[in-house]
Amino acid sequence: MDFSQYILSLLIWLPIVGGVLLLVIGDDRDVNSSRSVTMRIVALSMSLLTFLISVALYKWFDNSTPAMQFVERSSWIPAIDVWYYLGIDGFSAPLILLTTFITPLVVLAGWDTIKIRPAQYFAAFLILEGLMIGVFSALDGILFYVFWEAMLVPMFLIIGVWGGERRIYATLKFFLYTFLGSVLMLVSFIYLYGQVGSFDLFKFMNAPLGMTAQKLIFIAFLLAFAVKVPMWPVHTWLPDAHVEAPTGGSVILAAIMLKMGGYGFVRLSLPIVPDGSAYFAGLMIALSLIAVVYISFVALMQKDMKKLIAYSSIAHMGFVTLGFFLLWSISSGTGAGLGMTGGMVQMVSHGLISGAMFLCVGVLYDRMHSRQIADYGGVANTMPKFAAFMVLFAMANAGLPGTSGFVGEFMVIIASFKANFWFAFCAASILVLGAAYTLWMIKRVVYGEVANKNVAALKDLNQREFIVLTVLAIAVLLIGLWPAPLVDMMNVTIEQLLQQVAQSKL
Amino acid sequence: MNLTDYISAAPEMILLVLICVVLIADLFIDNEHRVATFWLSMAALAITGWSILATAPIERVVVFDGSYVSDPLSQILKITAVAFVALAFLYARDYLRANDLHKGEYYLLGLFGLLGMMIMTSANSLLTMYLGLETLALSLYALVAIDRNSATAAESAMKYFVLGAIASGALLYGISWIYGVTGTLKFDEIAAVIAAEPDLNNLPLWFGLAFLIVGIAFKFGAVPFHMWLPDVYQGARTPVTLYIASAPKLAALAFTVRILVDGLGGLQDVWADMIMVVAVLSLLVGNVIAIAQTNIKRMLGYSAIAHVGFILLAIFCGTDKGYAAALFYTLTYIVATAGAFGIVILLSRRGYEAESLADFKGLNERSPWFTLMMMFLMLSLTGIPPFIGFFGKLNVIDAVLSSGYPGLAVLMVVASVVGAFYYLRVIWYMYFEPAEDQAVLQASADTRLVLSLNGVAVLGLGIVPGWLWALCTQIALSIR
Repeated sequence: MDFSQYILSLLIWLPIVGGVLLLVIGDDRDVNSSRSVTMRIVALSMSLLTFLISVALYKWFDNSTPAMQFVERSSWIPAIDVWYYLGIDGFSAPLILLTTFITPLVVLAGWDTIKIRPAQYFAAFLILEGLMIGVFSALDGILFYVFWEAMLVPMFLIIGVWGGERRIYATLKFFLYTFLGSVLMLVSFIYLYGQVGSFDLFKFMNAPLGMTAQKLIFIAFLLAFAVKVPMWPVHTWLPDAHVEAPTGGSVILAAIMLKMGGYGFVRLSLPIVPDGSAYFAGLMIALSLIAVVYISFVALMQKDMKKLIAYSSIAHMGFVTLGFFLLWSISSGTGAGLGMTGGMVQMVSHGLISGAMFLCVGVLYDRMHSRQIADYGGVANTMPKFAAFMVLFAMANAGLPGTSGFVGEFMVIIASFKANFWFAFCAASILVLGAAYTLWMIKRVVYGEVANKNVAALKDLNQREFIVLTVLAIAVLLIGLWPAPLVDMMNVTIEQLLQQVAQSKL
Repeated sequence: MNLTDYISAAPEMILLVLICVVLIADLFIDNEHRVATFWLSMAALAITGWSILATAPIERVVVFDGSYVSDPLSQILKITAVAFVALAFLYARDYLRANDLHKGEYYLLGLFGLLGMMIMTSANSLLTMYLGLETLALSLYALVAIDRNSATAAESAMKYFVLGAIASGALLYGISWIYGVTGTLKFDEIAAVIAAEPDLNNLPLWFGLAFLIVGIAFKFGAVPFHMWLPDVYQGARTPVTLYIASAPKLAALAFTVRILVDGLGGLQDVWADMIMVVAVLSLLVGNVIAIAQTNIKRMLGYSAIAHVGFILLAIFCGTDKGYAAALFYTLTYIVATAGAFGIVILLSRRGYEAESLADFKGLNERSPWFTLMMMFLMLSLTGIPPFIGFFGKLNVIDAVLSSGYPGLAVLMVVASVVGAFYYLRVIWYMYFEPAEDQAVLQASADTRLVLSLNGVAVLGLGIVPGWLWALCTQIALSIR
């Protein structure tokens, strides 16, 4: 038996089984009991084990083929031709690695800051991890949808149980927004099933579709993915959800769940309805640029750190959708591939940076129980180590060369120059605006005189927090200085998608 | 009449004999040992279930001079009805005992109701159908009023009875028109008469059909004939609500399929429109009004109306796919709904009827396990994968889309999103709100076990839905 044959199933089910195990062994009545400590250790080792398996996945991953790898296929619901069909290519592999990389950090970040029902907390994160990997590796429409929707449930609970004051409003809004977006995707899947007699995504991609059908399916997919990304104007759930979620929840939400939307575009929208995508590409570019420019201004005005980072996420995710939909505006050359690669790199990079930013805010929140910028000032004086990390991540968020934030944004901006000067002009404005809102926040929070006696009493990072932030800092710098391994992973897949999109289905 | 006739109807006859045995035995059981009646009833159900399996026909058998039919559809509906009546009895037992309602009548009326349901599922003539319907309905009226000291129970029983009587009147009136036009009450012959008369522009027939639809809509609790349903769900004691909410839906499905497909299949173009209007209204009204409810039983009542909308939309398609989807949806819907009422029963204690949504606040602190089960059930009713309710909705949407109604499909999913809110509110109360009292949930071991199985079943069935879907498809093909 070849282990690599079942590696995707292992990556999906190991964390889920681990989560169920935590629910069984965990004792939520006494947080300090030995059972509770054991539970945490099991949670961490499960997530680390998953990460190690994904390292093996990276090692075995073949960069030279655009075909699906590690494919598993067995019949699930024969009556409607639904398969348990898994496989990954250059789009999914980096995102799976991102997921397995972030989850142990989230577990570590919540180690002793979660006082209420820790077993359920960690279990929710592990189950969520498995489901997210499932989304990235499913190649059957129904399997994809099952993971896609099931994912909402643990996140709903994470925000609702461990969130801030307005958590119930935020979590219901999060759930209903995303649910409304995705049900229409389900209708599209069933319509496509009616056309080809199977839920196999590759059969969907090869199905001949008329222009009207393509337009409608694109709109249905757009609703599902635009809500997730989130794109302007359906982004309003995100600031609420981010602000109210516990630190770990915000990190997962920003680092991975937002990527589902971008992933959906490249996995489903572009290959299944290429002509529909071409028809709406202008709209997509416009929405992305609005997100970049308008939302950046909104971020500038925020008084709450988490809200600021949430809006910055929306602006940065605008680059992802911009990069994906530039290809029809570029007449020739490598620009189209560059835009798409930039979008993908931006997804991974934004996952790391926004996750790190939310962790930084979490560190402050655990000490001061406030997210208001006005409550801080001069943190660098009392927390020098922390300040160093926060400034580094802020620079990365602003797109400083040498950090991962620069690579993706730069690629997308270059690609948009090839398309249209004004696209590039608007997109490049984030270099100014992003720097403005991030660094202004840093100035008000980290630098200056010690603002009040609460700040004066702050303690610097403990060992656990230091490890978490160091690991993230290394990752951010690594991708910034040496993005080649990441880019190589997706090159051939992107080439293939560009060919696929170029062929009209009409 | 010959032996085959009796073998085909053997389960009903056996059940009738057993009911009489339980009835007489119950006279000699005093209140202390009333649980014996429970076990006797369970034994009666087990024997009935066995007899259904033992007499399962390979193909459609029509007996008793064409008034009775035994086919795969009737078999699966009967066996499921027996199982859900047994489930209702089990969930009810501790509650009835704790509330001084532990009389033999609950079980006996429940068994009589089951007899009515079984007759309905096997009816092959309008008259047999009516007899089964009334046997069921009379048992239900009495069951609702079983707590004679409760004013609300009496009120809702009265409401149910009066409205039910009107609906029966309408149904009989419709039957008389159908009889007047076709000259027969048997479904086969009605179908033959309609087939021989290609001109469908037959106003008297349509007129009769409209009244039959009223009867169907009333039985299912579809809008605009749903008025009784929330009141009865709320007013009846929870074990009675559980009974009404589960197995009779199967009988209602049989009622609809037998009349509309077996009998009046030739008029599909005519009844499809009527069913669609009723179904869409149910979907919208049920989901929207459920949001405003603060009583969990009433909320589940309105949710039942919305789910009926789904079932009727599947039937509306008029295709094998649609019938299979309707059957699948009904079977899986009652699994979730029976479990949900089981949890509501579990929350109640002596002298305290837990029926407000607020009673669910902080349940996670009191009993994490049953909270998890309730969450599974609510998510299944919402239609979130991988729970079985999702596959039910998937099949109905598939049927509607393949019949060429994309607009309806979109309406259905949007209505599901509206409905998601009130199911999520239950989860919200259980997980996000602090507990108002800390009492741990008490239940006997067998109830806990079965309730847990019930909760896990909605997940388990969702992970392996294939066999049930294949079974439903196969049965739908056997419907003529």
